[in-house]
Amino acid sequence: MSFIDRTARSFLLAELVSGMALTLKYMFKPKVTLNYPYEKGPLSPRFRGEHALRRYPNGEERCIACKLCEAICPAQAITIEVEPRDDGSRRTTRYDIDMTKCIYCGFCEEACPVDAIVEGPNFEFATENREELLYDKDKLLENGERWEAELAARLEADAPYR
Amino acid sequence: MPKLTVDGIEVEVEAGATVLQACEEAGKEIPRFCYHERLSIAGNCRMCLVEMERAPKPVASCAMPAADGMVIKTDSDLVKKARNGVMEFLLINHPLDCPICDQGGECDLQDQAMAYGFDSSRYAEKKRAVKDKELGPIVKTIMTRCIHCTRCVRFSEEVAGVGTMGAVYRGEDTEVGPYIEASINSELSGNLIDLCPVGALTSKPYAFTARPWELKKTDSIDVMDAVGSNIRIDARSSEVLRVLPRINEDVNEEWISDKTRYAIDGLKRQRLDRPYVRVDGKLVPASWDEAFAAIKAKVSGLDGKKIAAIAGDTVDCESMTALKDLMGSLGSANIDCRQDGSKVGGPRSSYIFNTTIAGIEEADACLIVGANVRAEAPIINSRLRKRWRATNGDFRVGIIGEKWDPTYKNDYLGAGPETLAEILDGKNDFAKVLKAADKPMIIVGMGALNREDGDAVLAATRAIAEKFGMVAGEWNGFNVLHTAASRVGGLDLGFVPGEGGLATNDILDGAAKGAVEVVYLLSADEVDMSKLEKAFVIYQGAMGDAGAQAADVILPGAAYTEKNGTYVNTEGRAQQGWRAVFPRGDAREDWAIVRALSGALDKTLPYNNIDAVRARMVELSPTFASLNVPTKAEWTDFGKAGEMKSDGFMSPVRNFYMTDPISRASVTMAKCTEAFVKDTAAEKVA
Repeated sequence: MSFIDRTARSFLLAELVSGMALTLKYMFKPKVTLNYPYEKGPLSPRFRGEHALRRYPNGEERCIACKLCEAICPAQAITIEVEPRDDGSRRTTRYDIDMTKCIYCGFCEEACPVDAIVEGPNFEFATENREELLYDKDKLLENGERWEAELAARLEADAPYR
Repeated sequence: MPKLTVDGIEVEVEAGATVLQACEEAGKEIPRFCYHERLSIAGNCRMCLVEMERAPKPVASCAMPAADGMVIKTDSDLVKKARNGVMEFLLINHPLDCPICDQGGECDLQDQAMAYGFDSSRYAEKKRAVKDKELGPIVKTIMTRCIHCTRCVRFSEEVAGVGTMGAVYRGEDTEVGPYIEASINSELSGNLIDLCPVGALTSKPYAFTARPWELKKTDSIDVMDAVGSNIRIDARSSEVLRVLPRINEDVNEEWISDKTRYAIDGLKRQRLDRPYVRVDGKLVPASWDEAFAAIKAKVSGLDGKKIAAIAGDTVDCESMTALKDLMGSLGSANIDCRQDGSKVGGPRSSYIFNTTIAGIEEADACLIVGANVRAEAPIINSRLRKRWRATNGDFRVGIIGEKWDPTYKNDYLGAGPETLAEILDGKNDFAKVLKAADKPMIIVGMGALNREDGDAVLAATRAIAEKFGMVAGEWNGFNVLHTAASRVGGLDLGFVPGEGGLATNDILDGAAKGAVEVVYLLSADEVDMSKLEKAFVIYQGAMGDAGAQAADVILPGAAYTEKNGTYVNTEGRAQQGWRAVFPRGDAREDWAIVRALSGALDKTLPYNNIDAVRARMVELSPTFASLNVPTKAEWTDFGKAGEMKSDGFMSPVRNFYMTDPISRASVTMAKCTEAFVKDTAAEKVA
């Protein structure tokens, strides 16, 4: 019996029809793919992307050079050098992150007592050569300025859960 | 000997010990802020509370004398609750600025808050703020962080003996600091930074430089004076960042002088990092081969008598050994490790600190001849002060030489050799003190021995030692206080003129006359360079100081932080330090340079590694066979009795903060000179 059944199905193209039916069904369902890079998916406020150094609203840099991020970094991607600034406050003279070493664990952000170093929502920072991925303090502060609105919103959204 | 029970463990402690010490004996750790082994007991932080049976409330263990039959509990709920409460009180006014505090990572309060603190504060009121005090170029103050343990007050009063610090006002308004705006004018002020359990007193030159967890720690020996303080060098990558004391009860206890601690920033400036050869009157950079070739061209074929070597004050024993052997193979006996021309040498008991530094604590009278101990060896001065305090002022100290302030009561006897003769004749009142003393001691400084009549002074001091029974049985009260870290090592190795050899002054005169044609300066910068103009000068060292300017060939050596080295301190204690960082640029370890030069001159020395050099050192002197213990010296005859000149003894250390090429190049030491030395000069004028 099963032999006749199988043969009949194959001659009647039953599998093809059921496959095409599924295709037809999905033709009328809403699309799930995104037209990246023109469309983007949603990101959690906890998403850990490109780093940025933030400033206070009055323009003062937040980082106080406590070196906790450098200490906790499991990939040892952060390098900091400190000197007293002219006004006697504790500031970095160098704040480098080697983005090729970074494993994007977010520990630096967790360790920071002043929310200075953060991992922002940006994940599109591919470069043409390696050197551009060795971020220095200027680059990180520039990132902070560029992304500040989103960084602040993101921290605020996550604040209740911390 | 009281016997007590701590957490069920029975311990027996010495009479007079405290409960805290008994708890430590039992292996229990007691948290504390104000208690410190080397300071008097204050009992004001209350962190060391323990529960005592039959006591109505917890007792401060640091201030409670241990008594027979006490039953102590250190980990009961009551103790835990009491300590939590104390910690909460301490944190009420302590700012939350650990991330910017230099003490962060090595802070007692931070550590103990982890054990006894609460994770949030119940205190919503405003925190106290205190104005910072200005304590000079070494100690930075952030007085808001102060928890009033008064360790600094007790240290400056008891150990440093300057009494600048104090606490004013009461309760929450208490402020610790100098009563009047004044820097701490003490050579030991850097120790305040180590003592402070929080970040109220931190190091100014090291401010914000590094975190403790980043540093590589290396055990070493200090070369800034002849005490041989045990130090720990903290370095990050190739940079030495700070120097801290290591505990050695026999030498420096746990103190070090400010020069030891802060002169290291001199190592960043004026360094010699490559060989130089003088061409047409100008020093031009060269390779090692070119430098050796220049030396070979000059030295080969030259009579050994025309070659001389002088070793400087901070040289390690390994390089002196190598240079001594090289000079020997060149046929020269003109070697000297006493660049100040002092008349020390001869039998070993005539040039070491026989009593030993710890031995000072047994002495009951001391005569200081021609030494400004406070400037030449602040650590030894603090031992003398400790002895003076321990005897409640019965320890009598007589001073011959310049007037200086030793920070304890003293009898100023006179300026020079006449007073020495008076004491010898028994005409001086202090002679009676020495006569009455059980264990009298005499400290003879370089100020008395680096004169032309040094031999006669040495003989006179020996006569005093004999006459007043300073050498009897196990006790040897005859002491020579050196100012150079390399001196005793050099003398032990026999880095002194051999048969028919010239001593430093003769070498210099010979060089001026042309009788000595080649002078090898092993980090020797304190000699009169104007006399070396005619001679061919080889300078080997780390710092570009006077010697390098006069040199015809410069061989870049390693500073004391950059080599494994053996140093013998003024007691005759051989100690080894380890390399903390590598030498700069093309520079090499000093003994290796001499070894390489010997190869270039076809007089190859028979050692290829530092162990072989050290074996050779043991051959030269048994001192080096036993490290870290002073070898006792036999009491023999020395000195040449003779006419002493009438002029007073002058200490060779005119400015404590600048005595050698490293401290002269140091910015911090320059600031200290500005703040303290010029101050006192101005005071003298007024």
